[in-house]
Amino acid sequence: MQLEQAAATGWPEQGKGLAFQEGRRRHVLDLDDFSRAEMEMVLSTTDAMREVLGREIKKAPTLRGKSVMTVFYEPSTRTRVSFEQAAKILSADVVNLSVQASSVTKGESLLDTLRTLEALRADVVVIRHPHAGAPYLLARHLQRVSVINAGDGAHAHPTQALLDLYTIRQHQGSPEGAKVVILGDVTHSRVARSNLWGLGLMGAHVVLCGPPTLIPWELVEERGRRPDSIGTGHVEVETRIERALDGADVVMVLRLQHERQEAGLLPSLREYARLYQLNEERLALAKPKALVLHPGPMNEGVEISPGVAHGAQSVVQEQVTNGVAIRMALLYLLLTRHPRRE
Amino acid sequence: MVQALMTTEERPHALLLRGGRILDPSQGLDVVGDVLVQEGRVRRAARGAWRGELPSGCQVIDVRGLVVAPGFVDLHCHLREPGYEAKETIATGTRAAAWGGFTTVCCMPNTDPPLDTAAAVAFVLERARQQGVVRVLPIGCVTRGRSGVQLADMADLAKAGVVAFSDDGDPVADAHLMRQAFSYSRLTGLPIINHCQDKAITREGVVNEGWVASRLGLRGAPAAAEEVMVARDIALAALTGGRLHLAHVSTAGSVELLRRAKARGLPVTAEVTPHHLMFTDEWVLGYRDEGLRAPAAFPYDTTTKVNPPLRAQGDVQALRRALKEGVVDAIATDHAPHTLLDKLCTYDEAAFGISGLETALGLLMGLVQQEALDLPTLINRLTAAPAAILGLPLGTLKEGSPADVVVIDPDREWVVDVAAFASKGRNTPLAGATLKGKVVATLFGGAFVHNELAMTSGH
Repeated sequence: MQLEQAAATGWPEQGKGLAFQEGRRRHVLDLDDFSRAEMEMVLSTTDAMREVLGREIKKAPTLRGKSVMTVFYEPSTRTRVSFEQAAKILSADVVNLSVQASSVTKGESLLDTLRTLEALRADVVVIRHPHAGAPYLLARHLQRVSVINAGDGAHAHPTQALLDLYTIRQHQGSPEGAKVVILGDVTHSRVARSNLWGLGLMGAHVVLCGPPTLIPWELVEERGRRPDSIGTGHVEVETRIERALDGADVVMVLRLQHERQEAGLLPSLREYARLYQLNEERLALAKPKALVLHPGPMNEGVEISPGVAHGAQSVVQEQVTNGVAIRMALLYLLLTRHPRRE
Repeated sequence: MVQALMTTEERPHALLLRGGRILDPSQGLDVVGDVLVQEGRVRRAARGAWRGELPSGCQVIDVRGLVVAPGFVDLHCHLREPGYEAKETIATGTRAAAWGGFTTVCCMPNTDPPLDTAAAVAFVLERARQQGVVRVLPIGCVTRGRSGVQLADMADLAKAGVVAFSDDGDPVADAHLMRQAFSYSRLTGLPIINHCQDKAITREGVVNEGWVASRLGLRGAPAAAEEVMVARDIALAALTGGRLHLAHVSTAGSVELLRRAKARGLPVTAEVTPHHLMFTDEWVLGYRDEGLRAPAAFPYDTTTKVNPPLRAQGDVQALRRALKEGVVDAIATDHAPHTLLDKLCTYDEAAFGISGLETALGLLMGLVQQEALDLPTLINRLTAAPAAILGLPLGTLKEGSPADVVVIDPDREWVVDVAAFASKGRNTPLAGATLKGKVVATLFGGAFVHNELAMTSGH
């Protein structure tokens, strides 16, 4: 079956740095250290996982005896439940730990908590944290645990970007050369950053669109001039939504946080919606079969109109299902391909 | 405290440093010759061998191939005492200074309590006299409690012995109050040292605003936040006639404002730190300059978190040029020691600061090796230039001066071993790096406060 085939392919030998150990991937911290071949392998393993999800009895014994711990320092039901579902379908044991933001004191307590999880013999720790780089701190200081980044500050959300890629590929095949518009608050979006890596690696043409206060201009200006600047593909900025959407294959709508208005980055949500809401009229500027993605939860009536959110081109529900399959694939690959060293 | 144990705090009656390259920018001196120190003062520093009679009991040390220079003067460091003794004390901080070649250190007043009263200043001076191994010159607060609301008793502080005023990390935000501070400070003749940062702009910024910040999803502090306040303070100094000294300038824009202010003849001076001259914000990504031979690092290494943040390559080039031309007058370490726990956390939570006294010279020698600066100019920026800002007869080997002397081995390679630091602060991105150029001995008032000469000269 496909699962075994994927496993036989193995993780490509590559890379040094934090995510790798003895040439093998140990952590998933972002997509910036993925090769195209590795990405393809994750996506094809996800196909096999989709097949498991389609069975009448959604259970595989693959990860029996393995334990997955989710540690969320930010409230997020969707992502946590998705990981939990993925782990349980593969028969891993799951422990969920949610830490109230108010009790987050300092990183030492973060490390302390995670060292405890290590001592409890967790195999994988899935972490979400409001501070960029928190998963890197863990990966650096924990000896035996694999770390999966479920979102760190404005930095990265690799599993979301993978499921976005998978969803695009499912409908349109390879995103190579496709015009993908990332619409909204790009500056504060970890989803956008990880997607820039993932889409860039797969050869998509990315257009960032939003008001000038929510566009990371410096990121785009330094692209290609620096060895480590974000993404490897074609990226441009277009602040006028009509031009951005013209001929687009995919529109990724980002969630607009209400705090942006309070921080003075926006005059009002009303004006934001007037200028940047993806509605039916604007979506008509994109290609007829253009896909609409949203990482959720949606503010309907702000960044997206209800008609588009639930319209024929919206794949938001499929994204959720694919999210489970992607996370199954990553857990499977990390836990079955990585030799345990005790 | 390992270093402190290695330090021999003995004061020979007389000492002859024989055959070194004497570099004393205060006299334009760059010659090979002997330096004679007697009874705590420089008796002779000049070309050629000392042909006079050696004082009885005079110790003679061969320093051929080494550089002999005045002890360094640091305009900006944090000794943390009173209040933060877990980070540093006057005892450990001054030993770190001695190890780094600094014989005079000006300590910032952001202690607890802050140095906003004569009594607090007297405590620091007394503690330094009892436990310090180099000269400590306190800097007093501009405002009471460093709160930016009401001026501190500046004349009282001056009488107690402060050499400048600063609220350092919490710059005076109220432009009206800053104007009065400049105006009132004229009573004392002392400069106001301002850490220029408009916090309304930087907000929660933790790194330089730019592609690195955005790449890592960290909040940025733009160069403009510094430049806005530099421009304000220059205008206020011009208005009042008060003296302005800019702490740790870090941007190309600040350098341009400074250049124009100096061209107008305004009483403005500035300092730059070794880390802003040698590191860029790419260090936060984990990049390391191969020239420094530092071990590869990880992204989000909190030892790179410092305020002002490490800037872009263009800023580093502008700072180097400004230092060479004298637009930026002096080098100051902004030595900011922290405990392990202050840095063992996420980047957002980590304390700002780099422990810099012990690596300063070794790091700065990179400028000489890369031919960005010649050695006499580098020594000037560490000695005569900062002494001139203080208006004190330090940083010189003139006859009769205090015998504050450093001996430098410009070719000595050494590995930065933070576990062996005299400072309690091991927070430096240079841990494990190999540096070329080292202070091998430091004399303070004619006494060795750091000495590994035997290892160098075989004496």
